[in-house]
Amino acid sequence: MPIEIPKDKWTGKVRAITLGATAAEGGTRASVVTVGGETSMPYLHFENPMPNPPRIAVEIKSRKPADWSRLLEETWGEALNDPASWAKAAEAAGADLLVLWLTLEDSPDDAVKAVKAVLGASGLPLAVFGPGQAEKDNDLLVAVAEAAKGERLLLGICEDKNYRTIVATALANGHLVSARSPMDVNLAKQLNILITDMGLPADRIIMDPTTGALGYGIEYGYSVMERLRLAALQGDSMTQFPMLVTVGFEAWKAKEAKVGEGVPAAWGDWQTRAINWEITTATALLESGADIVVLRHPESVKRVKAAISELMTA
Amino acid sequence: MALSGIQIYKLLPQTNCKECGFPTCLAFAMKLAAKQVELSACPYVTEANKAQLAESSAPPIRLITLKGAAGEVKAGNEVCLFRHEKTFYNKPGLFVRVKSAAGVAEADAYKVNYVGMDFTVDGFAVEADASTSLSASSPAAYADTVKAVRAATKRPLILLSKNPDVLQAGVSALPGEKPLLCGADASNWEKLADLAKASGCPLAVSADTVDGLADLTEKIKAKGVEDLVLDPMTTHLGKSLAIHTQLRRLALKNTRPVGYPLIAFPCNAADELMAASQAIAKYAGFVVLSEFKPETMYALLVLRENIYTDPQKPIQVQPGIYEINAPKPESPVLVTTNFSITYFAVANEVEGSGLPAWLVVCDAEGMSVLTAWAAGKFDAERIAKAIKGFNVAEKISKKRVVLPGHVAVLSGELEAELPDWEIRVGPREAVDLPAFMKQALN
Repeated sequence: MPIEIPKDKWTGKVRAITLGATAAEGGTRASVVTVGGETSMPYLHFENPMPNPPRIAVEIKSRKPADWSRLLEETWGEALNDPASWAKAAEAAGADLLVLWLTLEDSPDDAVKAVKAVLGASGLPLAVFGPGQAEKDNDLLVAVAEAAKGERLLLGICEDKNYRTIVATALANGHLVSARSPMDVNLAKQLNILITDMGLPADRIIMDPTTGALGYGIEYGYSVMERLRLAALQGDSMTQFPMLVTVGFEAWKAKEAKVGEGVPAAWGDWQTRAINWEITTATALLESGADIVVLRHPESVKRVKAAISELMTA
Repeated sequence: MALSGIQIYKLLPQTNCKECGFPTCLAFAMKLAAKQVELSACPYVTEANKAQLAESSAPPIRLITLKGAAGEVKAGNEVCLFRHEKTFYNKPGLFVRVKSAAGVAEADAYKVNYVGMDFTVDGFAVEADASTSLSASSPAAYADTVKAVRAATKRPLILLSKNPDVLQAGVSALPGEKPLLCGADASNWEKLADLAKASGCPLAVSADTVDGLADLTEKIKAKGVEDLVLDPMTTHLGKSLAIHTQLRRLALKNTRPVGYPLIAFPCNAADELMAASQAIAKYAGFVVLSEFKPETMYALLVLRENIYTDPQKPIQVQPGIYEINAPKPESPVLVTTNFSITYFAVANEVEGSGLPAWLVVCDAEGMSVLTAWAAGKFDAERIAKAIKGFNVAEKISKKRVVLPGHVAVLSGELEAELPDWEIRVGPREAVDLPAFMKQALN
């Protein structure tokens, strides 16, 4: 007698969220990206087809990063000095969308200039993240949000310390927010509640549950994401958002990826290990529910893209 | 299917003899259902009922053990689909596929340290090499290869061949061991079942559907072989995730024909690292890799450690004094707890800044700074004990210690504990440490 394959019957559904706006929708993007919409755990197409593939964002910076690994500097080369060229190179490398990460050195004018340059250079949907200090993020992102009104940018980092300002400007200027909470199901949910309470429509929220890199706490991020997704499928409305994870940022912070000298011989070849670190982190998190992975190295983009296309076919 | 207390009670003698240590058979049955006692405590249960009770209490995924000349690799006994539900128990064995003894000694000697733990390769999968000549896949040639590999490593082996005679030769070359025979399919299962039965070795069965696997395991089990491993025969990321998930779900629902560990062959995948990562996180018990490369092995060993960490128990780092960026006697002394994430946050920031420092990691029972402080596991006494116990004073010229900003409140007590030390309060967050070290410590 054939064995019946058990299928979970879920009542909940992750919201499908669109980033970017074309000219017809009030922006200037050549294309838009829709993520989310899942009604099962990741890639279990036999249960329910996964409506939208996860997307790869490539991280670029408003000015040349001082602390990036030499491997990244070598691969991006001159493009690092200019956000517009970097955006073009990232698009050529296969990015589905871009994350422009601003720095502490940027003034609001610098930030606006960089965002405009990137919007001019690439038609991909854009996320703009502040440097991660609440007050500075507010200064920069408000200016950016106003200057790019109607583009459906994804604004981050929107966290408990500064969500009011970021949400208000997203609301006023037609953008989305990336709601970041520190690896905790309840804190993630609470922030989403606070944001929706301010009146931001739920189709303009992506959540960033934070993760650690392989070897540096990935298991916490992994399980928090699985739990958030299970909660969403069980019908908890305030967890039904697509998830973004900053894989490249975390993985390239790890010594295993960042440096090639003064490390144990047992770590093996640096270049391969560094890419391994980024893609292993990415694969594990994609399979625990990530909808957007933000990567740094073009080789990782290529390989993660191929993996996603395999995962999306049954 | 697990029996309830009442169902178990019906299979007990119901004499209330008390020899098991419980006042009634019902009380004993309830304890059995809760898996808090062993059935062997009852001297009077009949053999037939004992078998029935044992069957019902068997784990949903059978524990399979491979034995080498030294060492074992276990898979199975898993109880959940998601690690946060309980934990994953038996880390999947990472095996390197070889066709000869070339390179085996190097992979065998590989050892890499991760947060104080040494990781190694688990074993080797010896494949009959059909490429060089026809005779090379002959039983005698295979036995020679297995012996040569065995001379280079003592770790458990997987024998890869579909040919019963070749496998028989391999088994004969490994007296006293339990290699995995890999394996049986619809064409050769009868002969391999005989070999597995005679040798007592576990047997892998291959089929590309759940029904195909269940059909084979049932037939082989009927021949008296119970130590089985399932090979769902796919390295496609989408297909393997689906079938691995289906098999784990079914096994957890006590579908006995598929209640066995899985073996995965990322060595045949388009992207081996991706396939191996998936196999580790998604339910494989044995993982076969195409070759030994330290930069890949290290990443996979770390992933396995992370995924198989008990989520109820935070990972700890060894308390002690850690040197960051080659500190000198005048470099600052920083203090933190031994929760791994806390340690990594601090160590990474300092390391990234390029500034040298001594990092004293206190035993705070694996809790973060604030949690440990609130629980009384990170107080002035413990910090002082760590500083004295690790002989910090002998390594440095300036007796000055930096406390995490979250426990600024401890500075007074710590001054009392360490009277000849200068106590400084650092930032609350690790990310602010480099700036603090540059500005406040010069």
